[in-house]
Formats: sequence, C-alpha cells, structure tokens
Amino acid sequence: MRIELVRRPEMSRTMMLVSPLIAVGLTVLFAAIVFALQGHDPLTGIFYFFIEPLMSSWSLEQLVIKATPLIIIGLGLSVCYLSNNWNIGAEGQLTIGAITGSILPILYPEFVSPIVAPLMILMAAAGGAAYGLVPAVLKTRFGTNEILTSLMLVYVSTLFLDWVVRGPWKSPQAFGFPITVDFNESAVLGSFPVGPLYLNASAFIALALVVVLAVVMRSTLKGFEIRVLGQSPRAGAFAGFSARRMTSFAFAFSGALAGVAGLMVVMTEIQKLQPVISPGYGFTAIIVAFLGRLNPIGILIAGLVIALSYLGGEAIQTSMQMSSKVATVLQGMLLFFVLACDTLILYRIRLVSTRSTQEQARA
Amino acid sequence: MGAGAAERTHGSVQRIRTGGGVPLLEARHIVKRFGDNVANDDVSLRVMPGEIHALLGENGAGKSTLVKILYGALQPNAGEVLWKGQPVTIASPAAARALGIGMVFQHFSLFEALTVAENIALALPKGSDMKSLSARIETVSADYGLPLKATSRVADLSVGERQRVEIVRCLLQNPELIIMDEPTSVLTPQEADQLFVTLKRLADEGCAILYISHRLEEVRAICHHATIMRRAKVVAETDPTTETVGTLARLMVGSEIGEVTRSKGTPGAPRLILKALSLPATSAFGVPLHAIDLSVAGGEIVAIAGVAGNGQSELFDAISGEREAPQDGMVTIDGQPVGAHGVNVRRRLGAAFVPEERLGHGAVPGLKLSENVVLTRHGTGEGIASGGFTRFGLAGKIVEAVTHRFDVRKGPPDPEARSLSGGNLQKFVVGREVDRTPGVLVVAQPTWGVDAGAAAVIRQALVDLARAGSAVLVISQDLDEIFEVADRIAVISRGHLSAPKPAEAMSREEIGLLMAGGAEKTAGGAHAH
Repeated sequence: MRIELVRRPEMSRTMMLVSPLIAVGLTVLFAAIVFALQGHDPLTGIFYFFIEPLMSSWSLEQLVIKATPLIIIGLGLSVCYLSNNWNIGAEGQLTIGAITGSILPILYPEFVSPIVAPLMILMAAAGGAAYGLVPAVLKTRFGTNEILTSLMLVYVSTLFLDWVVRGPWKSPQAFGFPITVDFNESAVLGSFPVGPLYLNASAFIALALVVVLAVVMRSTLKGFEIRVLGQSPRAGAFAGFSARRMTSFAFAFSGALAGVAGLMVVMTEIQKLQPVISPGYGFTAIIVAFLGRLNPIGILIAGLVIALSYLGGEAIQTSMQMSSKVATVLQGMLLFFVLACDTLILYRIRLVSTRSTQEQARA
Repeated sequence: MGAGAAERTHGSVQRIRTGGGVPLLEARHIVKRFGDNVANDDVSLRVMPGEIHALLGENGAGKSTLVKILYGALQPNAGEVLWKGQPVTIASPAAARALGIGMVFQHFSLFEALTVAENIALALPKGSDMKSLSARIETVSADYGLPLKATSRVADLSVGERQRVEIVRCLLQNPELIIMDEPTSVLTPQEADQLFVTLKRLADEGCAILYISHRLEEVRAICHHATIMRRAKVVAETDPTTETVGTLARLMVGSEIGEVTRSKGTPGAPRLILKALSLPATSAFGVPLHAIDLSVAGGEIVAIAGVAGNGQSELFDAISGEREAPQDGMVTIDGQPVGAHGVNVRRRLGAAFVPEERLGHGAVPGLKLSENVVLTRHGTGEGIASGGFTRFGLAGKIVEAVTHRFDVRKGPPDPEARSLSGGNLQKFVVGREVDRTPGVLVVAQPTWGVDAGAAAVIRQALVDLARAGSAVLVISQDLDEIFEVADRIAVISRGHLSAPKPAEAMSREEIGLLMAGGAEKTAGGAHAH
C-alpha cells in the first residue's frame, strides 16, 4: 500500500474551504496527544484550551480585543503577500504608527475634541505608511531584499519607542517610570454594547476594513492588479501595471494598517505609551494572513482562531498549571497543518495497492 | 490499447527492415503517465547503428517524454529499454552517457559567462587538463566542420555556434547514439545545411542519430527511417525518402490540414510606423535595437523573420509599450506618436499585442479566462473596468465569443488559463485580441508549439484581419509560416532590421543571408551611425 499525490488539473474549490477544517481537526487531535504526553487528561485540556475561553462574556471580549490588531495587520499584509512583496516588518510599522498617532494626546494633552481620535488614527496611518515605504524605496531603487530591511527596521523602531518614552516624552509625574502621560478622554476609544458584550470601537473598524478589502480584492481593478502582479510580473507589465508602484503601494498600505492597529492597541488597552506596547502582534499577523489564505474573510476567522489560542494558553496555564509554551506548540501545529492541508487544493491523494506497485517496480 | 496502431507499426517494421541485425537501441512497450495524463502509451522504437532516425510528431505527441526516458531523465511506468540487445535501466543522464548515449538539447544548457572549454569541462569527468582539452575541442570541432575557438566566451557566440558547443561536448564523450531535439529550430537555413553535412558524416562513421523534428523537408532530406507519434502512441514507421511532405504531415496530424486562403490585399495608409527606433540593451546578454525603421499599412501583413535572440523580444516590448522609448516619434500608431507612452495608451488607439510567451506574459496561469480577458482589455475603453470596478460578467461574454469563434476547447466554461492545452490557450490569447478588431495587431510567434489544425485557424484569422483593413505585424522564426501569411518580409539580426521586401521577391536563401548578418548591412546603409 502506497500513497501517491496526483496533481489536479485545476484548484479544487471544495478543498479550499474544507482543508482549513481538516487542519483544525488535526490540530485538536494532536493537541490531545500533547496533553496526554504532559500527563494531563486530553479531554480536559481540549476543554480548557478550545472551549472554556468562549464561555464567558469577559473572555469573549478579550478574544475580540486580541483579534482586532491581528486582523487589521493581517489584512494589510495580505495585500503585500498577494502582490509578492515580503513585508516582515509590520511590528515596526505598528510601533511607529503608535508613536506618530500619539503625538496629539502627549504633546497637546489639553486639546480635547471629538476630532482628536480620527486625527490620531490618520496620523498613525501616515506614520506607519511612511515607515513601510522605507524598505519599499530601498527595494525599488537599490534592489535590496525587503525581507531583511523590513525586519531590521523593527528593531530600530522598538528602540526608538524605548528612547522616546524614557527621554523626551517621559511623563514628569511618572516617578522615573518610562511612561508618557495618560491620554485624555477624547484620545481613547470607547466600547459599545452588542448583545451581552461590550465591544471596542476598534473591533468595528476592523470589521469595516474586512468588508472593504473583500470588495476591493473581488471586484475592483486595483484588487485585480494586486493579484496579477503577484502571480506574474511580466503579465502585469503587459496589462500596463507597474510592479514598482505596486511595491510602494503595498508597503504603504500594510504599513498604514499596521500603524492604525498599533495606535488602537494603545488607545484601548494601555492609554499611554510605554517601552513595550505589543506582544508581537506584527509577527503573529503573518501567521494570521497565511492561515486566512490571504483572503479578508479568512483573515477575520484566522485572527479569531489565533486570539483563541492566546486565551487558551492562558487558560491551561491557570487552570491546569501547564507551561505557556504549550500554546506556542499548538499555534505552530495549526500553521503546519494548514500549510500541509493546502496541498490538497492542488493535489488529490491516491492509494496505490501494493500489487500494482510491484508491477511497476518490475517494469 | 491501440491495437490498430500497434499492428500497423509492426507491419511496416517488417516491410522496411528485414534482417537488419541487432538494434543499437530498442524501446519496448514504454508507458509513461503524468497523473491522469498518458504521455507515452505502449511506445516501441528501434534505432539501428549508423542510422539517422527521425522521431516525428506534433507538439504534445510524446516525443520529448520518450527521449527523456531514453536519456535517463525520466523513468517509464512500464516497458523496457534494450541497449545492443541487452535489457538496461537508464537511471540518470550520467548512466546514459556511460552507455554511449549523448544528447543535444533544444534549449541549451551552457553558462554564458564561461568559455567554450570551461563549459565542456563541466560535462566531462573531473581532472581533465584544460590545455589538452582545448586542443581536443579545436581538433574535433574542425574535423567535423563545426569550427570553434576553445577560449571564446559563450555569451559572445551566435546561437548556431552555441549549438556547436553542445554537439562537440557530446562528441568528446565518444557516443554511439546522439539524440538531437529540434536542432534546426534555432539555425539559419545555411547553418542547418552545414549541420546536415556533419550528421551524415557521423552516421557514415557508425554513430546513430535520433533526430526529433517537425520539419518534414529536412527529415526527408537526411533521415533513413522515421517513427511517427501522435497522441502518445506510435502511429507509423516509414522510410521518409519514399514519402512526400504531404503524406508525412498526414501521418503526423492524422487528417488533412486546411490551407490558409489569402487573396491579394490592397495596402492602405500606414497605421504602424517605427522611425529610427533605438534602445540600449537592458542586461549584459540583452540585444540593443539599432535605428529600426518600419511602416505597416492597413490591409497588409508584414513579417519579421530572424533567428531567436536577435532582438525580437526587445522589439516587441518597444512596440507594445512594455518598455517605453525615449521619444514619442519612434513609434506611431494611427498617426499618434506614442513611443514614450505605455501599453494601455497604445491599446486605446486601437493597437493589440500578442506576446510569444503564452503563460506568464500573455496570460496569467492561475487566473480564469475571464480574468485574463480583463488583463489586456481593462484599459481599452470598452467598459470592462469602469469607475475602478471590473466587470467580469462582460469579460465572460468575451470569453464565450472567443471560444465560439476560435473553437477553444476547454472543460468548464471559465477555467484557469493553465488548464488549457498550448494550442487552445494560443487560440484564446490571439482570439482575445482579434475579437476587438484592432487597427494594429502585433503578434510574436503566433503558432509556436501549436498543432497544425490550430495553427491554420490562427493564421487564417490574421489574414482575415489584415484584409479587413488592419495593419498586422508578425514576428516569427518559422519561415513556412512567414511565407504562408506575409505580404512583405523583413529580417532582424542582432538588433538591426532589414528593409522589408515583397514576399514574392524574397527567397529562403536571401532570408538566410540576412539572418546571418546581412540585415545589419542593409539597415546600416540606410542609417549611417
């Protein structure tokens, strides 16, 4: 008995939908094995990791708060990856966006007005876009590898944030702690009741962005251009599209969204700047973008799934005294299975009986 | 499984070869599958020592697969290979070379930055002394009428000379069988004649040659025996000298091929004008364009002949606008100077373009046909993209129209481009542009790798378009095609274009001379640098 992969003539639409479900199923199965190996009851582990976080309104709100930046950044990255631009530096664009977006409440704390929050979001978008354009310009002008430059700029940005909050922007009332002044009430985002939950305004912005990007990718010329240039630059040039301009567009767009996401983390959770503002949302969003197979709706779902794995990791830590590293292992397994199951989209599995194998070997 | 064809095969083998001794190479009942595709279906082949054996067939007939199996690059799913009567397993090209099988590929496998001797040394066992190797290269190459300098850099060699390097590399390994994959497709007629002399000499010395081609004239001229494949099977074996080109073609295609009908056209006003179009090369191995002058009138087809790699793709990109020229006046479409404008500006003026490469240039493999319609027609002002939104429904209607008119065979109504066969995709890519009735159509290699039936449909469409008043420019390496459709012919050589002449006034010999550099002189005379 032997397993063969046989190439399909076309991508299978069914498998595009079914393969992530298979991947999730396999992850649950292997999670059970991991729990058992750790000496815990597999079913209890699965309950605490995958189900318990969905059972209280508080943890559902936490789920949305964690998923929001992942979804917003993942959307921007999907445009980059679809157009064959490898932006690995969303964490840096997030950090710079958070800094430029915080200029108003930190330098002009007495400026209180309903337009402060929208202005902050625009400034965060501008800052993130500008920072994203750096690797884009280096790539189009000098042919540098954008993977390296965008990644290295992450460290530059986090060190810059560190310096800003310890130096020029340090709050005089902070007793030497490296934090800025607290944002005024017009510089934070409020929450709105949705059924039993209170959801932050940022969640609605993320949802709106999902819808807009889904429409753009499906039925506009810009979305078409993104897909064509990503798949075949030569054909893109034949269509009259410029790969260089697309590189700048994709980096500016994903930088802007990462910047907005970074500011929203600050506006909702922290409400001031401090040396560390993100638990690595910009890197995790890379996984989210690919888990969601670079599709806006897929990214929405993937963002929620990854956020669940964060909460599940905390839950097994507190309820079962398991290491938080288990959550990382399960995230890794999920990504692995998703990528592996993607094979089924272009290939189908054929079981070859041993007899015909022998015949072929003899031939 | 193809009992009729097999019977016929064996019948003719017996008719032609009685008491021929032990074959040098024999393949028996080879089967090779790629997924659901059967590329070789019970294929048998016998090559005798000292024989020039033609392997004939259309693109996709399974010739390349069979040859790759014989050269060890692929393993068959069933069947066996015998070398001098003994069953052998050819596990790799190295094993094939060890047996005495050499191969000259259609696409050369040479490093451009290295010299001739260095390239050849790479294929030989390690530790051969460069100096003695260089001497051997020069003696062997001179001996067989393939003169080469061992110290020349490959980048500086013409395509014909590069092929010589491949052949000499093969000869230095003292092969008993040389497999040649369409060797003349990159040669001028004169270079091809030279090659034939070499091949005949090799055969006289006892070396067998398996000669893959779809050029029937040359097969008739030099081959002793022909095996003809169609749709993965051997359909006939014959002595090509007793056949006509017509009967060979019928065996290859399996039916009569419609001839292109062409009435005499009356050229109108010029619709595409190139004036002193010069462009530097974009890379070290690119070709610069030198002061190209050309005018194509409505109602006529002008063809540009030339050996591959002499500036055809650079010229195509400059006319299509994928690469913009420094001055607007260098390219004029219907009276509008557009040399420094992009491809969509030119399309809006009624120009249409079909590049040589179907997948990855003319069409995106992973996109549906309707999306590939949007690819070239979003900027033509037909409303396929209005207000930034694409109308795939309208594009789908165009797919239907093109499919119907050009008989594009496809499974689902709107499949991905990559799922179409080469010929069907080419019909689609040409049809997508012809469907617009463009005022100017520039098409490169319109029937490259396309079966004869589809080729006839495409050529007829080009002729009909021209006769309806459009200016058609065909860039092709296929002289048969050029003489079939062209009203006037020009030749491109190292980025120089010869002055076009009426097709009736051009002979193959003259085209051959122009391909070999004559074009540079006539063009140079018109524009002294």
